[in-house]
Amino acid sequence: MSAPTTKAAIEAVWRVEAPRLLGGLTRFVRDVELAEDLAQEALVAALERWPETGIPANPGAWLMTTAKHRGIDAARRRRMIDARHAELAQDAPATAPTAEAGDAGDDVLRLILISCHPVLSKESRVALTLRLVGGLTTDEIARAFLTTEPTIAQRIVRAKRTLAEARVPFEVPAGADLVARMPSIFEVLYLIFNEGYAAAAGDAWMRPALCQDAMRLGRILAAHVPDEAEAHGLVALMELQASRMRARTDARGNPILLLDQNRARWDHALIQHGLAALGRAMALRQPLGVYTLQAAIAGCHARAREAAQTDWPRIVALYDALVELTQSPVVELNRAMAVGMAFGPAEGLALVDALVAADLLDDYHHLHAVRGELLEQLGRLAEAHAAFARAATLTTNTREQAVLTQRAARLAPAVPRRPAP
Amino acid sequence: MRVMVIVKATANSEAGHLPSEELLAAMGRYNEELVKAGVVLAGEGLHPSSRGRRIQFRDGERRIVDGPFAETKELIAGFWLWQVTSMDEAMEWARRCPDPMPGEAAELELRPVFEPDDFGPALTPELRAQEDRLRATLEGRGEA
Repeated sequence: MSAPTTKAAIEAVWRVEAPRLLGGLTRFVRDVELAEDLAQEALVAALERWPETGIPANPGAWLMTTAKHRGIDAARRRRMIDARHAELAQDAPATAPTAEAGDAGDDVLRLILISCHPVLSKESRVALTLRLVGGLTTDEIARAFLTTEPTIAQRIVRAKRTLAEARVPFEVPAGADLVARMPSIFEVLYLIFNEGYAAAAGDAWMRPALCQDAMRLGRILAAHVPDEAEAHGLVALMELQASRMRARTDARGNPILLLDQNRARWDHALIQHGLAALGRAMALRQPLGVYTLQAAIAGCHARAREAAQTDWPRIVALYDALVELTQSPVVELNRAMAVGMAFGPAEGLALVDALVAADLLDDYHHLHAVRGELLEQLGRLAEAHAAFARAATLTTNTREQAVLTQRAARLAPAVPRRPAP
Repeated sequence: MRVMVIVKATANSEAGHLPSEELLAAMGRYNEELVKAGVVLAGEGLHPSSRGRRIQFRDGERRIVDGPFAETKELIAGFWLWQVTSMDEAMEWARRCPDPMPGEAAELELRPVFEPDDFGPALTPELRAQEDRLRATLEGRGEA
């Protein structure tokens, strides 16, 4: 006696099939909006039919055929069989569901490319990617981004309109054209990940489900463009960072610095998978990109069984390359910290002070926190106190502020006590 | 969530019979599908228990037992570790697995991995950890 076909089981089939179904339908009707409507109708039909018949042997083909038939029916009803519906009719003869031939893999990549198309704003790309490729509902996306469902729904509607108006081509580009589209996709996936990993201000809440979604989307992407080193690098970066999630805070939610974390609490399955992805990125022998470099730095930490075993000189070398690629003062600051670990606090401080002299990042709290750390190591406690106090006034994150204030207080110059009256 | 998918052993797998070329090809296609869906974290096939060893703990004593082990149906022949959103999704993927032991009664067992607090309740208080100073964030560039 097999278990009954439940709504949850049908929705699980849907989650598995939706990206391919949407990608395939988009290929036929060349309209994301219409493709999504047809796919939804197929889901409704499955929810009606499958509890009685059971899940068909090839549910993907069933959904595809059903969606295509719905498309033809609707077009006939409306007596507006235009070119794209005619094409659809040719492609879907009225036969029983059969296995769908063709390159389903391409269809998922097509969907990713469309969702992350550069004509769309960053936030539209994020919403559309989570909806179409990640299979999240608009409500789930809204909750993840702490906004309302109508806001996200509106954003998705606008995005689809923009795609239609811009007449975005639905072909998967090849060669250099495909490579040129990658940064826009990487950016969206890493944005989703960071949205889950850390919030920018206030009493932040981690939203780990978003990290899971981003990592999964990254793995899907890497599997579809296996020759793109940065795709593997991005997967590695996300997985290696996520591997530290449960060690990042203590029981009360206070942050624990990387070097103070209990490494037994790191997620070693994710570390293994992340290091394997990093290995694939490196093995392609392409010039190291920003994601692969960051992943390699994270990999240095992941490989060190104890903080003291960290290969700081290698981290510095990786930061050198990253500074060259990004020209970012934030990366230079991170490099200064690594230099301090590798070659001593005086060397690190000299680099931080060079940033200060260049008037870069003066209102960036991390600069002053790093400065305070290095000054404290050098025994220049009064200056360290001032640096931590300044860092505390600059951060908008309340918990971080508390930690910095506490560090400043510990270094406070002794105030001479007034004699008791 | 993570799910461990356990492939139960059979007389043939315990006898060390290697899978047919046909089954290997089908499993290869299936694994590729899993990878392309971003589901797989790990997966391996295991040698028969004749190459396995056990350590038994009893009354503070440790006793070593060499394989093979008798209770074939309780043994495992391989496993996957999957990252999925629900047990239903995992079951849907498992349903699509080629018969791993053709000609014998085969079984996959799916067990959710216990994850105490890492990806726990959706609203765990968390903040931008100060480890950020060691993470190369590309803030200046990322917002460009």
